[in-house]
Amino acid sequence: MSLRDMFRTLARRGVLAIAVLMAVVVCGTAVFAPVIAPHDPTDVVLENKFAAPSMEHPFGCDHLGRDVLSRLVYGTRTSICSVAAIMAIVLLLGFTVGTVSGYAGGALDATLMRFCDVFLTFPTFILAMFLIGVLGTGMVNVIIAVALTHWAWYARIIRSMVLSLKNREYVLAAKVAGTGRLQTTVRHILPPIVAQLVILCTLDIGHMMLHVSGLSFLGLGVTPPMPEWGVMISDARQFIWSHPMLIMLPGGMIFVTVMAFNLLGDALRDSFDPALAVQEDVVP
Amino acid sequence: MLRYIAKRLLILVPMLLAVSVVVFLILRLGQGDPAMSYLRLSNIPPTDQALAVARQELGLDLPLAVQYVHWLGKALTLDFGRSYVTGLPVLEEILYYLPNTLKLAGFSLLLTLLASLPLGVWSALEKDRMPDHLTRAVAFAGVSMPGFWLGFLLVWLFSIHLGWLPPLGIGGLDHMIMPALSMSLMSMAINTRLIRGNMLDNMHARHVLYARVRGLPERVVVGKHVLVNSLIPVVTAIGMHVGELFGGAVVAESIFSWPGVGRYAVSAIYNRDYPVMQCFILIMTGIFVLMNLGVDILYAWLDPRIRLEGGSNR
Repeated sequence: MSLRDMFRTLARRGVLAIAVLMAVVVCGTAVFAPVIAPHDPTDVVLENKFAAPSMEHPFGCDHLGRDVLSRLVYGTRTSICSVAAIMAIVLLLGFTVGTVSGYAGGALDATLMRFCDVFLTFPTFILAMFLIGVLGTGMVNVIIAVALTHWAWYARIIRSMVLSLKNREYVLAAKVAGTGRLQTTVRHILPPIVAQLVILCTLDIGHMMLHVSGLSFLGLGVTPPMPEWGVMISDARQFIWSHPMLIMLPGGMIFVTVMAFNLLGDALRDSFDPALAVQEDVVP
Repeated sequence: MLRYIAKRLLILVPMLLAVSVVVFLILRLGQGDPAMSYLRLSNIPPTDQALAVARQELGLDLPLAVQYVHWLGKALTLDFGRSYVTGLPVLEEILYYLPNTLKLAGFSLLLTLLASLPLGVWSALEKDRMPDHLTRAVAFAGVSMPGFWLGFLLVWLFSIHLGWLPPLGIGGLDHMIMPALSMSLMSMAINTRLIRGNMLDNMHARHVLYARVRGLPERVVVGKHVLVNSLIPVVTAIGMHVGELFGGAVVAESIFSWPGVGRYAVSAIYNRDYPVMQCFILIMTGIFVLMNLGVDILYAWLDPRIRLEGGSNR
């Protein structure tokens, strides 16, 4: 190993460490939002309208006199919670359909995959808009809409993973040795799938966050009193001439948070899955 | 080639039918009551009697399958009904706004390709040197940047501070630059990474080594053997970018008050104007599907392996 290679390995470890740290900070902020935030994020104090930064309000106040820092902190919680819920639904659907399809094969497999194809036919964001148009706005409906527009891609990936694994030699060897079907699945097929999925999911978190905040910005997502970064930008848009900071800060939060997860995904992939690193990031 | 195209066109039919079923089911099974919205937007007090009449008028009292066939029959003759709000035929309204959106999306796609091609190639050729690091950093920031935030940053810099570009509205090229940039940065970043990755993969391919062994000049090796092969996957990626750009257009139109179909659809969603919503998603999906079909055909034309494989399989 040359000096250059050593340096590179160290740099890679460093990036991974920084990425993990950033993700931990973001998640920590979400969990401990009530402790970190100095004020109630929905507290309207009209005397504080557009208050300048001070000890009391480090980032000042918005057009309704709400503390900006507290809203940013609670916004982390909204973002993380919604994406976690979306991921849970996507994985549940993706896993069920993907494994059933991969194992069953035949007509059932074909039917399920055609069903996925239909979902993949729509432009994602447009379908999410349409679903919200029918379901109505609000956090729960946004979660449903974004999850329904993303699950099919996971189902396909998981199916292809199952297919590529189920006839590997070591799996066949386990079968020959008389290992039960369930045990084979749990011990030999699931672990490699989960490892790959962790990487794929991490890379996709940022993408989903952008969808949630984009929809909220349009007024089709999380509804106003709840602190959400996209909503904050939308609230502040008419004050861009006088108070650009009200747009800069929440946007910066989205940017940094999404970047943290993208960095983590990239670093995880480079560290643990060089095979995946070759086919550079194609976001679904 | 013709066989391939015919086959792809045939697959299109069941696919679009399935799309229509999904759209119809979402519309009908959603908790919103179309009859209620219709009455509210027509300013008729929603008495039980009025609701019953409206349901009958809108055909909501018939069995679901019958409703679907009626609905599909109308959609096939391009009759998407009238907007609950304006009372005008929906298709006419959508077609009025659509060209603006397509103009914006087309310009963004052009921008994406024009920026990502040289950047991706440059980055690959200068691998692990300064230009590569710089391009990768920018591309990395690009995939993390919320388009709507970028839009406001651009307005703040170029309209408010520098006064170079108009902050909103439709007009000449100067009106298009900022919305298109805010929409396309993400696609640019993804495409740059894709091209860079393809170039690097191809550089180690055996036919490239052979070209080098033959003593061809580096310019020819890279230009003819590496670059051309690296661009083929980019063609497929275009289809994906179009989907992203449609979503981005909705957001950009809202920021820059661009009179496009996305902004119109968002206001229709606020109003629960169902005919507009369904026409919007069907038209956008239709365009998206056709674009992807075009991309696939182009791909098959560029890469004979695809059409031959497809022909022998089924």
